[in-house]
Amino acid sequence: MVGEQVLIERTDFQRLLDALHQRGYNVIGPTVHDGAIIYSEIASVEDLPIGWTDEHEAGRYRLKRRNDQALFGYVVGPYSWKKFLYPPVLSLWKAKKTGKSFEVVPNTDEPPQYAFIGVRSCELHAIFIQDRVFTNGKFTDPHYQARRQKIFIVAVNCVQAGGTCFCVSMKTGPKATVGFDLALTEIIDDQRHYFVVEVGTEKGAEILQKVPTKRAQPDDIQTAKERIAQAAQHMGRQLDTTNIKELLYRNLEHPRWDEVATRCLTCANCTMVCPTCFCTTVEDVTDLTGTEAERVRRWDSCFTLDFSYIHGGSVRASAKSRYRQWLTHKLASWIDQFGTSGCVGCGRCITWCPVGIDITEEVRAIRQSELNRTQ
Amino acid sequence: MPKAKKPKVAVWKFASCDGCQLSLLDCEDELLAVADAVEIAYFLEASRAVVKGPYDISLVEGSITTPHDAERIQEVRRVSKFLITIGACATAGGIQALRNFKDVKEFISIVYARPEYISTLEKSTPIAEHVKVDFELRGCPVNKYQLLEVINAFLNRRKPNVPSYSVCLECKRRGTPCVMVARGTPCLGPVTQAGCGAICPAYHRGCYGCFGPKETPNTASLSAWWRKLGVQEQDLVRAFRGFNAYAEPFRKESEAYEQQ
Repeated sequence: MVGEQVLIERTDFQRLLDALHQRGYNVIGPTVHDGAIIYSEIASVEDLPIGWTDEHEAGRYRLKRRNDQALFGYVVGPYSWKKFLYPPVLSLWKAKKTGKSFEVVPNTDEPPQYAFIGVRSCELHAIFIQDRVFTNGKFTDPHYQARRQKIFIVAVNCVQAGGTCFCVSMKTGPKATVGFDLALTEIIDDQRHYFVVEVGTEKGAEILQKVPTKRAQPDDIQTAKERIAQAAQHMGRQLDTTNIKELLYRNLEHPRWDEVATRCLTCANCTMVCPTCFCTTVEDVTDLTGTEAERVRRWDSCFTLDFSYIHGGSVRASAKSRYRQWLTHKLASWIDQFGTSGCVGCGRCITWCPVGIDITEEVRAIRQSELNRTQ
Repeated sequence: MPKAKKPKVAVWKFASCDGCQLSLLDCEDELLAVADAVEIAYFLEASRAVVKGPYDISLVEGSITTPHDAERIQEVRRVSKFLITIGACATAGGIQALRNFKDVKEFISIVYARPEYISTLEKSTPIAEHVKVDFELRGCPVNKYQLLEVINAFLNRRKPNVPSYSVCLECKRRGTPCVMVARGTPCLGPVTQAGCGAICPAYHRGCYGCFGPKETPNTASLSAWWRKLGVQEQDLVRAFRGFNAYAEPFRKESEAYEQQ
């Protein structure tokens, strides 16, 4: 039943994956790969990062062993679910020469039906934000929509926070409240290893019928609540969002932008790892004989020169203007454009900036300078 | 309608290792299509059969290091409609531009028994310092897909899709976690132009900067972070003095640390 809470024992967790596989889902979950937690296809529970955790600091990430066998004992990996819903490279259409004319062949590949295992609350909010961008009725991206409609979401509530997390500031976590089919809270104590599972949809309830469950007792629900509350209290970062739009609009000219530009590499890493950044470019390619052409969409970034290239040159030639564009769009003009902030507080842009630039620190510096002025 | 005449392509070699020309032969699957689309008119590494110029497209490999080559490149320019330089030697002076930081006469006296037989220039310089270049393709060696893309674009009269942003975008698109952040491995990727497909980080190595400086590279910020990772100043000098040592942003960065 929707809204109900049940228990799944760790020993039965494989049954959940089996149920999803049987339903024809391409099951995607966290794995350990290349020294990081990477979301990719999983066949069995053994593929999950059992007993691993991740340490996050500005410009630094390390996997570490835990002293337990948690399945979801890490925070977030470098790549969000964006890469599945919004692929980094996508062929949009091809064209074939037919005599003096040409014929357009659209990409009608049927996208896979994904089940995402381990979606964090901040990541869930990032998906909602991208929904507003891509499926707002007015300008719908059919490729995104086709993937999005079919996904099955198993959210995992955070019971620990990472060093660069600030979902509490952005009001996007650590508990998943809406938009999931199932939401798990992993609980490990001396004797037991189990999951408190909240049923979000009928689809979720249906899958659970194939999995051994027990009714959750008030004690179990309370324990889950406490663990999540603990995570909320240990956020590695904070961002004061009070009137943030006005704050940034007032300070489009500020010495801090020059300062951050001395450090910013304009390498685009922050935008690539951001779960909400959605910019792409299209490239038209031809074959050598000139009989076939293709239009390919690739992830792009407001940190490249080409991105703002119009007749006569690039609008944002300096690193300062590009960093300012990114930060003010994410935290201010996004609100005017889509009605929400573009930031979910996952901390990826902080962790994965090769020189450790911290979005929360940049906003704090600007806010602080105003306070200093009024004092 | 009579079939249009195939464009004539010439491949020229200056001071270089031949690796970039080989990239053309390495096209394998696409080589027949290339040979079908163009007339390979001058390509000594592939064939000694030579068709006289002028040529529609000249691919120039290598840097200018001798007085003779400085004259020869003028002749190549005269017989070429489009001149495309390929590789780090032709676009930045190559690894041999390390001589530019030293006194070449000293090298000659040490290396050669009869230094008076050697006729060389003091500096190894890119082709664009000598003649007008229509397009520069980076890399040590160039990437075969980028090479095909450039030939393809010229044949179809369109702009080549050869971005000048960082290697980081390629790492991210292929899903490689950042080696600097996740492993503490110094990487030149954030200041290096994309094009190789981000090969080294995919094998847990830092980028060596084979494709030269990206657009607006912030080398000073990257160096400062490398120092925090424990890289010594002399090693920073070496890192920037690779195949693109004489490309201006890399040259200036290495010189900044050499002086300290």
